[in-house]
Amino acid sequence: MQLIACPWCGPREEVEFSYGGQAHVPHPAAPADLSDEEWAHYVFFRANPKGRFAERWNHSAGCRRWFNAVRDTATYRFEAVYRLDEPRPVTP
Amino acid sequence: MAELLRTHPLEAWTDTFAVLPAAVGITVEPFVAMADVRLGAVAPDVQARLGVDLPTVPNTWVPTGDGRAIWLGPDEWLLTSTAETPEALEDRLRAVLVPHGGAAVDVSAQRIGLRLTGERVRDVLARGCALDLHPRVFGWGACAQTTLGLAGVVLLALSDDGSDHVVLVRSSFAGYLADWLLDAALEFTTTEQ
Repeated sequence: MQLIACPWCGPREEVEFSYGGQAHVPHPAAPADLSDEEWAHYVFFRANPKGRFAERWNHSAGCRRWFNAVRDTATYRFEAVYRLDEPRPVTP
Repeated sequence: MAELLRTHPLEAWTDTFAVLPAAVGITVEPFVAMADVRLGAVAPDVQARLGVDLPTVPNTWVPTGDGRAIWLGPDEWLLTSTAETPEALEDRLRAVLVPHGGAAVDVSAQRIGLRLTGERVRDVLARGCALDLHPRVFGWGACAQTTLGLAGVVLLALSDDGSDHVVLVRSSFAGYLADWLLDAALEFTTTEQ
């Protein structure tokens, strides 16, 4: 089974984690000013790349903290994990 | 009308546990008061007033005077006490933590403890837990929140030779976990008769 390195707990089996979708989606500064279409784009529209993708993950069976990970969607390999307050690391 | 007596979730298993061989001993820990502590920044004066150095290294626990302080997250701990009532523990912690923006909640009824002792305990745990529990990496003072079988547990290491562990499990999962442990220990309980 694939191991995912929780930034707090270290490597754990992937069944301990749950997926949280795309990371770094900024909340609109003035949500009330958005049109329905713009709001729908914020709520529903997500990137779906083939390759490296910054995602949110939650260590739900362990420390229950959210963190970010860069995962390659083609190989499922985790390139980097980092805490929520850290910028996305540059992956080669 | 008959009085409703307070019973332990694993009362029906105590006779079975009592006849287990020493290599895979299971005993039910008595009720202890437990409080879930949230605190953003651990300041030295808070530590002093709590009377315990909250462990900041992930997956470790430290003994306190009459209980344990267990790391659950970067801003979350589980404090146990065998001497205080749950209400007294919660009140004492709140008095210290609330002025610092922290919180303490009584969670005594959430988990119960099972103490696993014996030289084959690691083999039993390995049946349903993927973590490396070798004392080289999981010696005294280590803890881990993980799954054992299908139950979420907090594992504590109480010895440096891997023969003494405490499993904290939700009360409603305790019966399942007790059955699971007895099943996992079957090879060590039947061949030594």
